Amino acid sequence: MAQFKLPANSRITDGKTWSAPAGAGKTRRFRVYRWNPDEGQNPRVDTYEVDMDSCGPMVLDALIKIKNEIDPTLTFRRSCREGICGSCAMNIDGTNTLACTKACDDVDGDVRIYPLPHMPVVKDLVPDLTHFYAQYASIKPWMQTQTPAPPDSERLQSKDDRAKLDGLYECILCACCSTSCPSYWWNGDRYLGPAILLQAYRWIVDSRDENTGERLDDLEDPFKLYRCHTIMNCTRTCPKGLNPAKAIGEIKKLMIERRT
Amino acid sequence: MQTQNRPLSPHLQIYKLPMTAKMSISHRASGAALSLGTLLLVYWLAAAAAGPEAFARAQGIVGSFLGQVILFVFSYALFYHMCNGIRHLFWDAGRGYDLKTTDASGYAVLAVSAALTLLVWIIAIATGGA
Repeated sequence: MAQFKLPANSRITDGKTWSAPAGAGKTRRFRVYRWNPDEGQNPRVDTYEVDMDSCGPMVLDALIKIKNEIDPTLTFRRSCREGICGSCAMNIDGTNTLACTKACDDVDGDVRIYPLPHMPVVKDLVPDLTHFYAQYASIKPWMQTQTPAPPDSERLQSKDDRAKLDGLYECILCACCSTSCPSYWWNGDRYLGPAILLQAYRWIVDSRDENTGERLDDLEDPFKLYRCHTIMNCTRTCPKGLNPAKAIGEIKKLMIERRT
Repeated sequence: MQTQNRPLSPHLQIYKLPMTAKMSISHRASGAALSLGTLLLVYWLAAAAAGPEAFARAQGIVGSFLGQVILFVFSYALFYHMCNGIRHLFWDAGRGYDLKTTDASGYAVLAVSAALTLLVWIIAIATGGA
């Protein structure tokens, strides 16, 4: 049974406010989820007033500015700052996205920032993705073949077959979609979730992969695949504009087609 | 490093659910409402089979103001669940997954289910039933 309320140790309390320095220009309030494992207290939401006249345009710019100039204890993941690594995935203004590609100007009012939803928190905005990565490994995300490789060339693919991977290979595994999915919230222990199922489909449709049947067998399960109820949060939240819901729909279709 | 006491990050509390998500949970809620409504239907049929007194009592309950409200909600749940079920059939056939279409089909379901409910009630009242 789904647990809709947060457990007692996860309820959010009021935090500190860090006022803007005197003489600041246009300021903006950033309300940021904080939890420190060393303090033994419940999570809280701290408010940072940031001088936007000396801040870059993206939410990640603001977070880095806060960490550099206001509160060095603020913890978050980031790396590429251009939407290709997936490290800075978090919940901004009620929707999961990448902090580096989300403009502060696209948010009305205070900018509310939480870690990816319904995940164990390591610290502040850093969720524990161990289970997510284990689920990714479980779909065997590599090419599996029965036939020997051609002796004098790569395994080739027609342009049409290659085109089937468009909209799939671009996934950066940021986990925005999976952690936006209520089905994944309630059944994430067994349901693979949109990101992993999109990856599974990426190998199922790859013309060079020869274990399509086994891959479908592995997904023929009431929980792994069929907890998808087409809620569509995944597709709406994907920062890369991909459509995991459609990929899941295609897998379901293949399941039916191979029975007949 | 301790891992046992890690808090769970907030989910329903902070997520802005889009229209498609609200329609999805409404589909489940209308399904549950239909199960309860079917019990009412069974009671009404059983009363009809049990004799005129029992049937008159059942008619009294169903015909009361509260009974009519329940019937109205039941009928709306039926049409909503049916229309949204057809939407699900298209999805199961692999169609209509892009965001524009899911939104358009969602609004279509809301409009058609409301129209069908009103139509049935207008017909019922006009023909002297209900």
